[in-house]
Amino acid sequence: MLERPKTVVGSPQQDPKAVTRPVAFRGAGFAPKAGRYSGWIAIIGVIGLWQMAGSTGWVNPLFLPAPSAIALAIYKLAMSGALWHHVSVSVMRIATGWILGTITGVIVGFAIGLSSLARGVGITFISALFPIPKIALLPLLILWLGIGEEPKIATIALGVFFSTAISVYSGVDSVPRNLIRMAQSFNVPFETIVRRVIWPGALPAILAGFRITASVALLLVVSAEMIGAEFGIGAFVLQAGNLMQTDQLLAGVVILSLFGLAIGKLINLLETRLLHWR
Amino acid sequence: MELIADHISHRFGALEVLDDVSFTVGSGEVVAIVGPSGCGKSTLLSILGGLLQPSGGQAELRGAPPPDSLNPLTFVFQDFALLPWCTVEQNVEFVLLHTALSAAERAAIVGDALRRTGLTDFRRSWPKQLSGGMRQRVGIARALAVRPAILLMDEPLSALDSQTRELLMEDFIRLLADGVMGAAYVTHNLEEAVRLADRIVVLSRRPGRVREVVSIPLTRAERGDIAARGRLLALQSELWSLIRSEAIDAEREVQRA
Repeated sequence: MLERPKTVVGSPQQDPKAVTRPVAFRGAGFAPKAGRYSGWIAIIGVIGLWQMAGSTGWVNPLFLPAPSAIALAIYKLAMSGALWHHVSVSVMRIATGWILGTITGVIVGFAIGLSSLARGVGITFISALFPIPKIALLPLLILWLGIGEEPKIATIALGVFFSTAISVYSGVDSVPRNLIRMAQSFNVPFETIVRRVIWPGALPAILAGFRITASVALLLVVSAEMIGAEFGIGAFVLQAGNLMQTDQLLAGVVILSLFGLAIGKLINLLETRLLHWR
Repeated sequence: MELIADHISHRFGALEVLDDVSFTVGSGEVVAIVGPSGCGKSTLLSILGGLLQPSGGQAELRGAPPPDSLNPLTFVFQDFALLPWCTVEQNVEFVLLHTALSAAERAAIVGDALRRTGLTDFRRSWPKQLSGGMRQRVGIARALAVRPAILLMDEPLSALDSQTRELLMEDFIRLLADGVMGAAYVTHNLEEAVRLADRIVVLSRRPGRVREVVSIPLTRAERGDIAARGRLLALQSELWSLIRSEAIDAEREVQRA
């Protein structure tokens, strides 16, 4: 609809018959923002629907137990002490494997990032070995290291090592060269440049790598425990599946999900503390 | 202490960037290096500061540096090169950490450098909180902290708006007024060159050769007078006439590339 014509006093060469209209806003969209509570509301909605489907008999509880049944299963597992036993065994494997893989990955990643010799050799090896699904090496590792904790931890460590090494040397490569040249121009020694320029400069990429390796470790611990373990969340989920105890199976899945969330929160906390300057 | 460019040539692969460049930056002298885009000004400064090995010739120092100098040849960078994870104070202190100075001595030097650059109130700020001009001031404070004999300035004002550039130019003039520090000042801005330099080395288009060395017949103090403005403008115009045709050719070359 056309608006009533307006005139502006003093504006030059104005056509008195011309119509003024506001400039249409065209800048909307392409800036998605997550609402503060929208995610939680969606989760609660899905759980509510799921519970309703279970309670009213829309779905067979053998195939998909209701959330209340899963919560009850978790409660019973916690009361019996089985939950803590399985969780503690898995946490020990993840922590040991992740720490070993991270330490070696950081050392190798820095070597590749800083030394021409290490880069020449290391990148070739990493490119060749990284795509191998590490879980496929578990039987070989059992053969080498025997039946016990070692092959499972080694599988996790291997999975973590490659991703860590790649994220570390990519992080070192991404440190702005002008900062290194600045430090060199002030005769700052090599190890101070590594400690005070390259390490903090590579840290965002390293922490992003930690987020990936934490997921890799979780994936590998479950896979390894499903193949050859008596205890652990992976073994528990597999046993529950074999016995058609789907409420317990999903209880294990929920615990894994909570575990993943906890790791994510921990890394968020680390990023907030260490990367506050960004 | 003098800095000498002794028949410096440089090539990046097949690309010849500098050809037989020779000149001297005398003790306490400010030498501007100007020339068309891509003539190798920044490459030359990197070679003079020991950050790049020339293909031919060499950079030399003659005479002893001032006894208290911690880094006789010190860069001030175009992009400031501040550590974003360090505060203003930590950025300045960073270049002193490897020296034999005690923490108290370092603190005193940092405090003095921040005071001279008007940054005392911003000592705990992060680089991301500062404007471009303030960031460059941090770069200057960091350079002053090591008491250089010669400042190597690579287009230090080119990333700044005109008002900030003017203010920092006044700062440079003040800092260089006592003639203790010399400087090699790379710029494409002829006004900066005539206001700041004692001599101007004009490079030809690539490969950069010394085309002319122009002396400024006024002290920096005299250049502030309104009466001197005309002479400075005439000098600027003379320099532009030296560079103009080559600047056009250089620009066409860039467009063709």
